[in-house]
Amino acid sequence: MRSAVVVFPASNCDRDMMVALEKITGRPPLKVWHGDASFPEVDLIALPGGFSFGDYLRAGAMAARSPVMREVIERAKKGVAVMGICNGFQVLTEAGLLPGALMRNAALKFVCRDVHLKVEGSQSAFTNRYAQGQVIRIPIAHHDGNYFADADTLDRLENEGRVVFRYCDEAGNATAEANPNGSQRNIAGILNERGNVLGLMPHPERLIEPTLGGADGRMFFESLMEALH
Amino acid sequence: MKARVHVTLKNGVLDPQGKAIQHALTALGFAGVEDVRQGKFIELELVEADEAKARAAVEEMCKKLLANTVIENYAIDLVR
Repeated sequence: MRSAVVVFPASNCDRDMMVALEKITGRPPLKVWHGDASFPEVDLIALPGGFSFGDYLRAGAMAARSPVMREVIERAKKGVAVMGICNGFQVLTEAGLLPGALMRNAALKFVCRDVHLKVEGSQSAFTNRYAQGQVIRIPIAHHDGNYFADADTLDRLENEGRVVFRYCDEAGNATAEANPNGSQRNIAGILNERGNVLGLMPHPERLIEPTLGGADGRMFFESLMEALH
Repeated sequence: MKARVHVTLKNGVLDPQGKAIQHALTALGFAGVEDVRQGKFIELELVEADEAKARAAVEEMCKKLLANTVIENYAIDLVR
């Protein structure tokens, strides 16, 4: 599986993503700079976490309009797998590849801790190694992760099975207490209509082996290997 | 020509920052503030002298970058 990690000014999870991809796919990913209007063909494009362009104007707004994103949008429309983690999710919504928007956390604070997620869609290229309904523990670290979309869009996402990760408690209940940022319907991660673009606020790349405190993120990358090798 | 753009959250979009400001105002003793909505103010200096053209251009800028129309409205004022 060939992969690429896009680096924007002030991305800060690009290295973690590179390490996770290399360890699990066995191939070092390409590093692609935001100003590159073209780059070699790959099976997976990853937009990493961070604070691209200092979150100026809106989180992800500047990065979504950078030269590399024109190419990413083209390839996403052709069916290439694209994933955005944290700031990458914000970039994907700003670029129009995913519906909705990520707003300031409801409690206005930056939240950095592990959360529980329920895998609600285990059929996707990003989740096929997880069991349907499995509860996993993954860290979050964000200030703007409060997922918003209008009611029609939310219903559509639910009906089409595109809400793949939801914040929940340890037992798997999507309660208000288990919602770390005020996201509507506890949404943590969604797919586009075609299923090849995923946005996720939590960071699976940070928990890929027990040394790091857990390995629940590992199967995320193994799923991609399964789907894209 | 100058263009002044106000970007505000759409009705129905929760504004936790506005709520926090409202609470702070109440705590400071300012009674009767029923609601606070926070937005952005952007000022642009334009070369274009034709008002209609300037407005059309700023409209495009708002749609493409200055506002996220999923959650925000925008209003444009042109000033000579």
